Amino acid sequence: MTILLDPTSERAVAKRTLVARPSSLKGKVVGLLDISKPRGDVFLDRIAERLADDGATALRFAKPTYTKPAPVDLRQEVAAKCDVLIEALAD
Amino acid sequence: MPAPAKKPSLPDGLVAVVKRDCPTCALIEPVLRQLKAAGRRLTVYTQDDPTFPSGVDVVDDRELEVSWHHAVETVPTLMRVESGAEVERTVGWNRKDWEALTGVGGLGTTLPAHRPGCGSLSVDPDKADALVVRFSGSKLKSRRIELASLEDEVESLFERGWTDGLPGVPPTEGRVLRMLEGTARSPDEVVAVAPPDLIAVTVEKVAINAVMAGCKPEYLPVVLAAVEAACTDEFNIHGVLATTMPVGPIVVVNGPIRRAIGMNTGVNVLGQGNRAGLTIGRALQLVIRNVGGGRPGEVDRATHGSPGKLSFCFAEDEEGSPWEPLSVQRGFTSGISTVTLFAGEGTRCVIDQHSRKPESLVSSFAVSLRAVHHPKLALGFDAILVVGPEHARVFREAGWTKARVLEEIDARLQLPGGDLVRGANGIEEGMPGHFLSDTLPKFRPGGLLLIHAGGSAGLFSEIIGGWVSGPGGSQPTTKEVRP
Repeated sequence: MTILLDPTSERAVAKRTLVARPSSLKGKVVGLLDISKPRGDVFLDRIAERLADDGATALRFAKPTYTKPAPVDLRQEVAAKCDVLIEALAD
Repeated sequence: MPAPAKKPSLPDGLVAVVKRDCPTCALIEPVLRQLKAAGRRLTVYTQDDPTFPSGVDVVDDRELEVSWHHAVETVPTLMRVESGAEVERTVGWNRKDWEALTGVGGLGTTLPAHRPGCGSLSVDPDKADALVVRFSGSKLKSRRIELASLEDEVESLFERGWTDGLPGVPPTEGRVLRMLEGTARSPDEVVAVAPPDLIAVTVEKVAINAVMAGCKPEYLPVVLAAVEAACTDEFNIHGVLATTMPVGPIVVVNGPIRRAIGMNTGVNVLGQGNRAGLTIGRALQLVIRNVGGGRPGEVDRATHGSPGKLSFCFAEDEEGSPWEPLSVQRGFTSGISTVTLFAGEGTRCVIDQHSRKPESLVSSFAVSLRAVHHPKLALGFDAILVVGPEHARVFREAGWTKARVLEEIDARLQLPGGDLVRGANGIEEGMPGHFLSDTLPKFRPGGLLLIHAGGSAGLFSEIIGGWVSGPGGSQPTTKEVRP
């Protein structure tokens, strides 16, 4: 009988349920998160125009650098202020 | 999990450890009786036969608990114990030593004056691993995974998703405990917080993954330093792991540890064949995979990746170098062992078999380095230039310092914006148009690292392109290798 030692973190991954999808964006606050890659702003500018047409309020956010995870403060601010978030990958 | 093992205490007085199978122990059997007759308080632990030796108080140590915990390596071992603590010890039979230790004269006068002892059963190679597990296994906190009787040990690692695509060494308790002997650090000490799952990595988890990678215990301090360096904000292993670019953590080792653990700095230095380099680099990546949770296709989104993401670790040839080693360039004192982590891709060769003047050779380096990632991109990426010994000789003979070489390369890599901007030379890739009238250096200050390594024949050097440079990406990170 062989006994091995577990090389992993032995972590049970926390499962989070997604927020229910809103039936309409009208009157909702939509966060637009630019991860700071080139031309992400081009994409988000266009999304912001479309959101205004739909009666949603767009709030803009940006990560300091695309190479690192969003800082905790930024994540909390987004969660506190927004109903929905759109994140722009780009290049 | 084994019960917590407590070191058994020894009774005061004289303590002898013997086995019947040892001719020297058999020889001194009458001496033990003589000590008892002299009124000494004597306790004899026997490793193989509780009826031996006769005529004295024998304690059965066939489980080898006392022998193992008290580090008995030879039988007979004779100790003097006061207030529960050993104060003196002698091994084998030597009349003078035994008389001095016991304070009894005329011991074994008919015997030879001295005889070497035999190996203690507690260090018998057939038993040693099992004893380590039995008596110190409880210090390991990791979950024990019992394989089914028909499960193949090596296959089991693949099936559980623990390997990088190559077979691994099964991390049994015995192997992990032996690995931990390579460091003075406690198994439960936290080395770093490993992305992407942000898990506190203990020395024990690093040791388990080092076993799987094929490391020897003496490599462990280097692996620990590499894990520590990788998991800094400065190096940013999260980004290096997650990027679509073909980069991974490259580990460069400097200082005395290179030679102590047998790293290669010469022929085929960046290739196959050296256990230390290959397994250290692999162990780091297994820690990120297994503890940090960073796996290809999940958080690792590399478009192509690179073979170096399995393992990329090498040592600098400091002895043959005309320059100070990388560790000194990075601010450490010469003679200190370090690891420097660099987020880099694969290697590409600079061939220059004709330059005998340093000016010509640095010009070759410069035009080749300009192509790192794209000839029209500047300032975004660091690079390593591994200078081969035959190229280094040109600079040695000309008396060029490392700083001089770096300055001369930099001077040749001041690039006119007109050649770099998007659309220039019919190529849409390039620097933003507002740089049109500027002159841009290919590398940021300090962004090019020179390392001396390679075989003695071949007028070649190697370029290793970096990843997004600077505080917004990854910066070369150096840590001291501590025992």
